This record gives sequence, structure tokens and C-alpha cells, in this order.
Amino acid sequence: MLTRLSARLVAMSVAGLARVLTGVLPNWRGCLPEARQRVYIANHTSHGDFVLIWTVLPHALRRQTRPVAALDYWGGSGVRGFIGREVFNAVLIDRKAAAPGQDALAVVIDAVGAGASLIYFPEGTRNTTDEVLLPLKSGLYRLAQARPDIEIVPAWIDNMARVMPKGEFLPVPLLCSVTFGTPLLLQPGEDKAAFMTRARDALLALKPEERER
Amino acid sequence: MSLPQEAIMLFLGLGGVLVAATVVGQALKRRAGGEQSPTVENLNARVFAWWVMVALIGVAFLVGKAGVILLFAFASFAALREFVTLTDTRRGDHWALMLAFFVGIPVQYYLVWIEWYGLYSIFIPVYGFLILPIVAVVRSDTTHFLSRIASLQWGLMICVFCVSHIPALLTLDIPGFEGKKLLLVAFLVTVVQGSDVLQYVFGKLLGRRKIAPALSPSKTWEGLVGGVASATALGAALWWLTPFSPAQAAAMALVTCLMGFFGGLVLSAIKRDRGVKDWGRMIEGHGGMLDRLDSVIFAAPIFFHLTRFWYVP
Repeated sequence: MLTRLSARLVAMSVAGLARVLTGVLPNWRGCLPEARQRVYIANHTSHGDFVLIWTVLPHALRRQTRPVAALDYWGGSGVRGFIGREVFNAVLIDRKAAAPGQDALAVVIDAVGAGASLIYFPEGTRNTTDEVLLPLKSGLYRLAQARPDIEIVPAWIDNMARVMPKGEFLPVPLLCSVTFGTPLLLQPGEDKAAFMTRARDALLALKPEERER
Repeated sequence: MSLPQEAIMLFLGLGGVLVAATVVGQALKRRAGGEQSPTVENLNARVFAWWVMVALIGVAFLVGKAGVILLFAFASFAALREFVTLTDTRRGDHWALMLAFFVGIPVQYYLVWIEWYGLYSIFIPVYGFLILPIVAVVRSDTTHFLSRIASLQWGLMICVFCVSHIPALLTLDIPGFEGKKLLLVAFLVTVVQGSDVLQYVFGKLLGRRKIAPALSPSKTWEGLVGGVASATALGAALWWLTPFSPAQAAAMALVTCLMGFFGGLVLSAIKRDRGVKDWGRMIEGHGGMLDRLDSVIFAAPIFFHLTRFWYVP
């Protein structure tokens, strides 16, 4: 009870802090924030990414939306574990479970089966390179195959890499935005390569244009 | 600090203007019928935002000095956030940026709070100017170093130093004006923002010849002349808020309106250079904090120093 209450309070404070620091506003360009089950896929440059998406979702959608996060980072017993497990109710995947028969994605598909919407980073890891977007991991295709009925909503998080650059632990206040695109569905007979290209293009299409230098 | 009677009269007047603007805006919307006119939509969004801004300033005035200082400290924070977002920062700037936001802003406004004129007037132009590049150079990242550090210094001057001169008006000791210092803030903000609004109105109604199409498509000679002339008259009519005579109030209003106009042009030039139309989306219908503050930013320090030079013994 006390844990639940403090988790709610921490969640509200984290969202408030995200707003103060980044003034984050959503652009619902390709869809509206509807109360239906969805998988939001986004580019990943910072530990604060899922917080930004969660912050711009309406309250009713926040409660049913769970970030998919790495067990080794967000699943511990300390503060990160509290935030990961209790505050954001993250679906924790074990990236190191490489043994055959141990499918890291199973917990994700289970969570969708239980009715949750997801915040999912298909690059699989934070992008700390100069590349705009890392190659997407095939887990997204397998998720779409398992649940072809669920809308996959591409979302582009802009500027978060500058708020918390690699190796820094304190965020600097800069404006960020989250742009949501047109939902994707796996088409009947669509193969992995075609679907992954489509998902990648959908993400890149949302990126704000580079300003001329 | 209790609110001077003049402030109550001013806010009643502003409320009347806003009621009239709301009525006109809704009438225009009804006349347009089903067709949505972007100009009318934007007008109504602007009027609504003005209600909110006037209410916020009203609350700040009720709280008194602390309220006004906090309000403008927050405005500085939002403005600097917009400014830095549009500059090219690199990882090496991180600590300089942290310093600007989390030390620069609080210290500057604290110095205004304790009314230490000797330090708040040089804290950013001297100490900030020298210490920020030192903090940045420690990271040994020389790519675009001069332009990165110059952008940050400019951002601090524009968004923090200049903006802090609005509440700094509360630190001026003008003989015979004790207990009424809030009115100077009210006068400056009303005249400069009034000038912006009147330039917009004259521009929309009569605007033909563009002044600087490369900088700002909406600024016209008709808007400038009509807006500045009427805002100067407004300043003269509001002389009772100030220690000035009506003629002096008109002169002060003229100077601040012209500074405000050029401030708008300068900040537009930066936006054009960065390829954006607005600084942000914080204030519905207006754009970002800097879109709303651009004119006051250039007017405030000049208004402050002219007042200080002539009226503070």
C-alpha cells in the first residue's frame, strides 16, 4: 500500500520534472491518443526516453502503458529497481538470456497478452553513436508476428540526447518533443525485411528536419 | 506589500481591454461561420493567452516583490531553455550549461532580491562572461568553441541579464515614489506589450509595405508607425503610474517601444538563422516565451538605466 502510494507520487514527480526540464509536448501527427492497446516504438538515446513518452500520454493511457526495459539496468534492488519495477511497472527483459529455449521476448508478449500497451525501443540499446538510428532488432518483427492485431505506433523523441549526453548524470534543460506517426500493422504475408524497413522508415520520417548550419 | 490603488485601476483597465478583445474575437469567429480562418483562430488564442499572462502578473503583484522576482526568474528559465535549444551545443558544454541554468539564474535573481545593484549589474557581463568559457575549456573540445561559448553568453545576457532588469526596477529608490515601485514594472510591461499588440492590430488592419521581409514577414511600416505612435500616447496617458510627467512618460514610452521593436527584429534574425518560425510552443498563439518577451528584453535595461540616471539621486 505504502509502496504503491510512494510509487504513484514518484511517478508524478518524475513526469513533472521531465516537463520542467524539457517542456516536452506531444505532436500527434499520425494518430490520436486513443484508449486502445498499442505498442509505441521509439528511438533510444537516453535513460530518460521512456519517461518522456509516458509524460506526454494522457493520464488514462499512462496507467496501462508499460515500458520495456533491460533487467540488468532497471531490475536491481536499489533506486533504479524501485523506479523500474514499482514506479513504471516496466516489463523487464533479460538481454543476457541467450540460452536456447529461453526467449527474452516471451515476457513482452505475455504483457501484451495481459492487455498492456508498451513503450518499446526496437534498437535494443541506447544509441550513443553519431548514427541517427541504429539497426532495428528483429524482436519487433517477432512481437508483430505474435500479435498482428496490435497497432505499432512509431514515435520520435527529439533532443533528449542533448539533455543527458552520454556519460553525464545530470540533465540540462532543453526543449524536447515526441512526434507520433501513423500506426503500423504487420501485413499478411509481409516478410521480416520488408516490415523492418517499413518500421525504420516510419520512425525516420518523424524526425524533425535538421536545421541548416 | 499591499497593492497600490493605481495598480488596481490599471488591472481593471486591462481587464476591460481583454473583455473587449474577447468579444471582438468571438464576433469575428461567428462572422466567419463554419469556415476556419487561421488569423481569427490565432487572434483568439492570443487573447486567451493574454488573459492567462495578465492573471499571472496580477498574482505576482499581489504577492509583491518576491512574486515578481519569481515570475521573471521563471520567465528567464523558460527563455534560456528555448535559446539554448536552438544553439549548437556539444557534450563539452554540459557543465557550462548546468552552471548557466542552475547557478546563473538563481544567483542573478537573488542579487536582485537583496537589491545589490553593484553586483547584479555585472554578475553576468563580467563573472559569467569570464567563468563560462573557463568551465567549457576544461573539457578540451575545441570544435566551434568560439561560436558555442558566444551563443551561451548571448543567451545569458538576453534571457537572464536583460529580463532581470524588469524586477530590478523594484530596487530603484526614487524620492516620493516609495511603496509604488511595482507601478514602474506595470508601466514598462504595459507600454511595451501594448506596443506589440497595437503594432499587430495596425499591421493587420492597414499593413501594406513590409519593413524587413527577410527578417519578419508580419512587420509593416503602417504597423510600426501606428503601433509606436499609439503606444507612446498610451505611455503618456499612463503617466500617473510613474514618477514622470506626461511628456516625460511619452518620451520614455517612445524609447522603450523603439527598443522593443528592434529587439523583435534582432530575435527574429536569430530565428531565421536557425531556420525556425517560433522559439517554442509554450504560449498558445504567440509561440515561445522569447516570442512574447523579445521586445521587453531590449526595452527593460534601457528603461531601467534611463530611470535610474534621471530619477534616482
